[in-house]
Amino acid sequence: MSATDTVIDPVATRLAQLPELDNDEVLRYSRHLIIPEVGLEGQRRLKASRVLLVGAGGLGSPLGLYLAAAGVGHLGLVDFDLVDLTNLHRQVIHGTKDLGRPKLDSARDRIADVNPHVHVETYDVRLTSQNALEILRGYDVVVDGTDNFPTRYLVNDACVLSGIPNVYGSIFRFEGQVSVFATERGPCYRCLFREPPPPGLVPSCAEGGVLGVLPGLVGMLQATEAIKLLLGIGQPLIGRLLLVDALRAQFRTLKLQRDPECPTCGTHELKELIDYEEFCGLRKAAAEARANAVPEITPSELATRIARGDAIDLIDVREPHEWEIARIPGARLIPLGTLAEALPSLDRTSEIVVHCKGGSRSAKAVRQLLDAGFVNVTNLAGGITRWSDEVDPGVAKY
Amino acid sequence: MSITVHLPNLLARLAADQPSIEAEGATVGDAIDNVIAQFPALGPRLRDENGKQYPFVTLYLNDEDIRFQGGFAAPAGDGDELIIVPTVAGG
Repeated sequence: MSATDTVIDPVATRLAQLPELDNDEVLRYSRHLIIPEVGLEGQRRLKASRVLLVGAGGLGSPLGLYLAAAGVGHLGLVDFDLVDLTNLHRQVIHGTKDLGRPKLDSARDRIADVNPHVHVETYDVRLTSQNALEILRGYDVVVDGTDNFPTRYLVNDACVLSGIPNVYGSIFRFEGQVSVFATERGPCYRCLFREPPPPGLVPSCAEGGVLGVLPGLVGMLQATEAIKLLLGIGQPLIGRLLLVDALRAQFRTLKLQRDPECPTCGTHELKELIDYEEFCGLRKAAAEARANAVPEITPSELATRIARGDAIDLIDVREPHEWEIARIPGARLIPLGTLAEALPSLDRTSEIVVHCKGGSRSAKAVRQLLDAGFVNVTNLAGGITRWSDEVDPGVAKY
Repeated sequence: MSITVHLPNLLARLAADQPSIEAEGATVGDAIDNVIAQFPALGPRLRDENGKQYPFVTLYLNDEDIRFQGGFAAPAGDGDELIIVPTVAGG
């Protein structure tokens, strides 16, 4: 066993005062109790344990359900989002009846049904540098089920500074990554990825999609790691990165080591939490977006112009598979990646309105056209989504 | 000297949907350049504008992080596997 494989035991200091199980709990957990590696003491450990789930979405759903079912006594949930129809193909802790409800409320209700012995504490906030250390205090394990880079670096740094292990999981389309960071001698998230990518380079699940079962797979691996840490058994993924490729049914484990130059766990030069939006370049990107703002037209303005017969070349720069889902009548498809080669075929004298799903890609296209010398070009604000909301609900949103 | 380079699905789309590519070279950097020569669209995804490794794309030679093995200068040889691990944030 290498130095980074250190087995940690966050509940070890409370072994002398583990809570008892009543007869109902003994029966409920009987299949755990008869595993020698868990047993009565292990189940009492779980009951004494406190786990903080950051995010009650794709990863948080299986985590909440299975950690509750397993008998983790105290679950903290951090989320500030509402249940949306696009969540339900993967966020199985929420149901159709919960649409529009705070995720914390539906998760709490579901967990109470799965296991009424679990105490749930909810934090209806965005985790920030101002509140993270206070929220993390007193937890044995933190599980990172967030969906963006700033919060991932925040969770990592807060865990290192607090000395709380961070069970990391991350997903995109068909692939996932799992590890255990921020243990006493093991590496942290920054040792794996020293810096985040510039904003917009790596698509989110909302932008790029995710196979519905994937957060189930990865979240359950995280739940397994959390339970192993709480029980003090097995070989946790400390100093190892597990890659999951659902498309090829491949699992691969790679070695992770502490980076001596890591500012968080290597040099320890990071003594307090920082501005993670700044660190991830979001403020600079927002300023650049404002500086590079392109002319816009609202959906209602465009609808009025079309209705009165104005000649407008309506260009959709999404991908063909998105075009198949929904389109604005009268539009034509020129995917953003092919716009450069399509330029010679566009009429520079006609008025062009460009759109995509939400307005970001089409803003890039408008910028590209303006830079190429086109003058009468505007971006459809809010894209096909806002068109559906404000003009034609017959155009499906996705 | 053939090195097998394993790409994540997102990058495999830029390499004719091949998840694994055979590359020639005596170092990791050589192998990367050989992959880029085969699939130029991968160039800006594997090296930054100065030709350096991105801090958000970690490369493993077999199961070792190349940053601790000499980076792109790390020697590589026949039968080695190079695994490209880009950061993702979805949850």
